[in-house]
Amino acid sequence: MTTNWTIDGVREALAAKKISAGELAGEFYKRIEARNPELNAYLALSPERARRQTDKIDALVAAGKPLPPLAGVPVAIKDVISTRGIKTTCGSKILENHIPAYDATAVERLEAAGAVILGKTNCDEFAMGSSNENSAYGPVKNPVAPDRVPGGSSGGSAAAVAAGLAVAALGTDTGGSIRQPGALCGIPAMMGSYGRVSRYGLIAFASSLDRIGPLATNVGDVAAILQVVAGRDPHDSTSTTTPVPDYRAELEKPVKGLRLGIPKEYFGEGMEAGVRQKIEAGIAIFKKLGCGLVEIRMPHTDYAIAAYYIIATAEASSNLARYDGVRYGLRVHGDSLLSMYRKTRGAGFGAEVKRRIVLGTYVLSAGYYDAYYLKGQRVRSLIAQDFRDAFTKVDAILTPTSPVPAFKLGERTDDPLQMYLADIYTVTGSLAGVPGISVPCGKVGGKLPVGLQIFGSAFGEARVLQLAHAFEQAGGASV
Amino acid sequence: MKISREDVMRVAELAYLDLSETELETYRAQIDEILEYIGKLNELDTAKVEPMAQVLTGDQQADATLREDLVVPCAVAEDVLKHAPDPEPPYFRVPKVIER
Repeated sequence: MTTNWTIDGVREALAAKKISAGELAGEFYKRIEARNPELNAYLALSPERARRQTDKIDALVAAGKPLPPLAGVPVAIKDVISTRGIKTTCGSKILENHIPAYDATAVERLEAAGAVILGKTNCDEFAMGSSNENSAYGPVKNPVAPDRVPGGSSGGSAAAVAAGLAVAALGTDTGGSIRQPGALCGIPAMMGSYGRVSRYGLIAFASSLDRIGPLATNVGDVAAILQVVAGRDPHDSTSTTTPVPDYRAELEKPVKGLRLGIPKEYFGEGMEAGVRQKIEAGIAIFKKLGCGLVEIRMPHTDYAIAAYYIIATAEASSNLARYDGVRYGLRVHGDSLLSMYRKTRGAGFGAEVKRRIVLGTYVLSAGYYDAYYLKGQRVRSLIAQDFRDAFTKVDAILTPTSPVPAFKLGERTDDPLQMYLADIYTVTGSLAGVPGISVPCGKVGGKLPVGLQIFGSAFGEARVLQLAHAFEQAGGASV
Repeated sequence: MKISREDVMRVAELAYLDLSETELETYRAQIDEILEYIGKLNELDTAKVEPMAQVLTGDQQADATLREDLVVPCAVAEDVLKHAPDPEPPYFRVPKVIER
């Protein structure tokens, strides 16, 4: 039995009738049963729904009909993405029993393309965190080092893929929540441009920043998943009609002669020496591939965390106002409507979510709005301008994904600001709206994975994937 | 000190969020530290910078016009109410709002 399934591998095995889609899903559920008690990557499994889908795929195979692009591919969905009839908790007690009445568009598209949804993956509560330790259902363990965090907030999705408990997964990225866990678990993980993938059915954290994107074991599979979920959706007015190119066809294009920007600001203090060494070795690979390396400046980088935590918490405080105990989720009884609201929210939200609601409400409140929220939005403009300026000189930007490899569980939970600072290299692209991928770039001490981040210009996903693929093919994962 | 205990209480009230005594003090101290850090934004002169209220630029936006007002089926009411904390179909029941 193959242990490292890929999308192509699944297609070939199904077509050659070496395995049925039903047997393959069964094989994955066995793996999950064996490893999930330790890893805590999945919060819920959906075997009945998977069975309905595999029956369909196996009927297509039996009838000799053409198979859709993701036929029989077992996938996992982050638990902030709505799945009809399957519990969707957002890693929160306030949605402990929430069963959505509809599917997110990305989920609908994956299933229409033949993918088999195995279940829902653990995450930081409402996607707020960088270590997956903010889940109300316990932390996820990093499969490469179980005493360490998998990163966050899409820690369950990253761990599931890295441990072979899914061929690919959907995560969500608001300030680094796909890319950073991808880096810490040693797999490629991508957020497309803002507007590239519909957010319909994604339970909102910060609407101007949230993006759905793929995590997989190789860049080709990341491209294949993005291909299926990308594109205009009438249910999300911020999803764009910008054409979706054939990403897998673009992958093979040569990268020779492309100009890659190395922003000085991403290589200052704060980066662990082991990470720096791997990133420098990774950059050298691009040089060997014939790319031109250009030192660039992105002068507002150092202000990104501050701007991000104003904007993200402000939007969160507004989005999370909907959890009031009336229509869904937890209700704690009170003797008046307002006391019910207060008690429900006080009991249902965890510490990080409450902290962000308080901060977000504060920066939006009368007397502070201009000093904080508006200031944050002005600085966001400057950061977006840094990216536009850079892309007049270079075709893509190379940076580390995270200043540190996977850290120990519990090591950073007492200091929220230190945890926020771990997002230093990822939040910039989130604020600017550009696409970014993290690709495996060696391991510190031969054990802890490092991620190299590639940013492209808005709607330049094809270029980002092409570079990531070339890097992967050139042995980037083992520099 | 950037944020006082009273500020946190006021904000928690605005957000309809019950906080314990311990939470009040912990969040005050932590948010104070975060606001201190955020203060570095004041190093930047942004008087002439427009706030970024939209991510997508004009040419990336899908719909310059409103969609047609079409009636489409949306038969989820039963499902939605089934999972509500205190349903009284076709309503959600809540504690009494108006005092006589």
